[in-house]
Amino acid sequence: MSATLLRTSAVRSALRSSPRASFGAATFVRGKATLPDLKYDYGALEPAISGKIMELHHSKHHQTYVTSYNNALEQVEAAQAKEDIATQISLKPLINFHGGGHINHTLFWENLAPKNQGGGEPPSGALSKAIDEQFGGLDSLKQKFNAALAGIQGSGWAWLVQDTQTGNIGIKTYANQDPVVGQFRPILGIDAWEHAYYLQYQNRKAEYFGAVWDVVNWKAAESRFK
Amino acid sequence: MAATTYTLPKLPYAYNALEPAISAQIMELHHSKHHQTYVTNLNNAAKSLATAQANNDIPTQIQLQPALRFHGGGHINHSLFWQNLAPPSSLDTKINAAPKLSEAIKATFGSEKAFKDKFNAALLGIQGSGWGWLVRFDNENGRIGIVTTKDQDPVVGAGEVPLFGVDMWEHAYYLQYLNGKAAYVENIWSVISWKTAEQRYLGKSADVFASLKASM
Repeated sequence: MSATLLRTSAVRSALRSSPRASFGAATFVRGKATLPDLKYDYGALEPAISGKIMELHHSKHHQTYVTSYNNALEQVEAAQAKEDIATQISLKPLINFHGGGHINHTLFWENLAPKNQGGGEPPSGALSKAIDEQFGGLDSLKQKFNAALAGIQGSGWAWLVQDTQTGNIGIKTYANQDPVVGQFRPILGIDAWEHAYYLQYQNRKAEYFGAVWDVVNWKAAESRFK
Repeated sequence: MAATTYTLPKLPYAYNALEPAISAQIMELHHSKHHQTYVTNLNNAAKSLATAQANNDIPTQIQLQPALRFHGGGHINHSLFWQNLAPPSSLDTKINAAPKLSEAIKATFGSEKAFKDKFNAALLGIQGSGWGWLVRFDNENGRIGIVTTKDQDPVVGAGEVPLFGVDMWEHAYYLQYLNGKAAYVENIWSVISWKTAEQRYLGKSADVFASLKASM
């Protein structure tokens, strides 16, 4: 995965580059990934997600993925310049993990919102219709989604995805920071890493999975649905 | 056929005994909630497995393998982990308590420090939830090596003997260290029981897992 992929992916609007990147092909210096600003305050998702969790999650965890992705990318570029294929391949897990962490968190912040910005308001339009048709309603979707979240063995994410081949929606879980790329399009993601909830919910993760729906931004999900 | 019931092992020390390396709050949640959940779910999986075996239902037996691996692995890993920790004031946490193992470590890694540096780097390189272990490989002339495992995968391969492990799930350190896992990795050495590691190094594979059978 390269910076090019990030620029052309569905999340490009959120993945902003530094000013140097605006020189584009005119320079050899590629754009660095940067931490996106949140569109709401750290405390705005309370009581579903505490301000302390949001601050650590965004300013520390997400920042580390951004920093480590940029470091890995630099090494990839150095290896490419030396035509060192073995090193390029050995760096792929780091790109997947840290690049995936950057993608996943960026999408996650966007698909959450405080109540006064529409958080928790049910979806409408075509996505709502697809949910009704394929899950028998929003409540049924939430139930199945929460079961998927609870079934993750270790760190990972659950996503409502759209199959780019059939257009159908479905629930898929991904290990660690594996991003939703390829055949499936990310519509809505929930972070099931312990750092996403532990300070507030400890081992009671089912309570987090229940509460997070109060701050899901279905408008963002709708805009990803095609 | 009735399934064996596994139970949560008692800790050989108090919840606050590993402070300041690991807080009492972490230890209590980790043992009484997280480990207990693995035990409960292992028993559920074992019961379903026994039923499927009694019915000669092979698809269901295979379908249950991931649950057995995850929850059984969680029970094994945590049971071994509690035993390979000790209060920092204990002489068990000094490397002198492991004369033969420390010899092997020096012969393999050059020095104790070089070993710890490599072990720490392995722990910090885990992408997601998992564990780091020092392992003896009986099928490879008894060499020792550092192994990381994902999620709750246990070290149970043929000839593999886990000597000590460090839990790198976020629940093992987050309440105290937050995103600063490097500090957790540094401090864990003050509570590693070299005495337990030496016993496992000198013992057989079955000895390492003996206490798990005792908890049946």
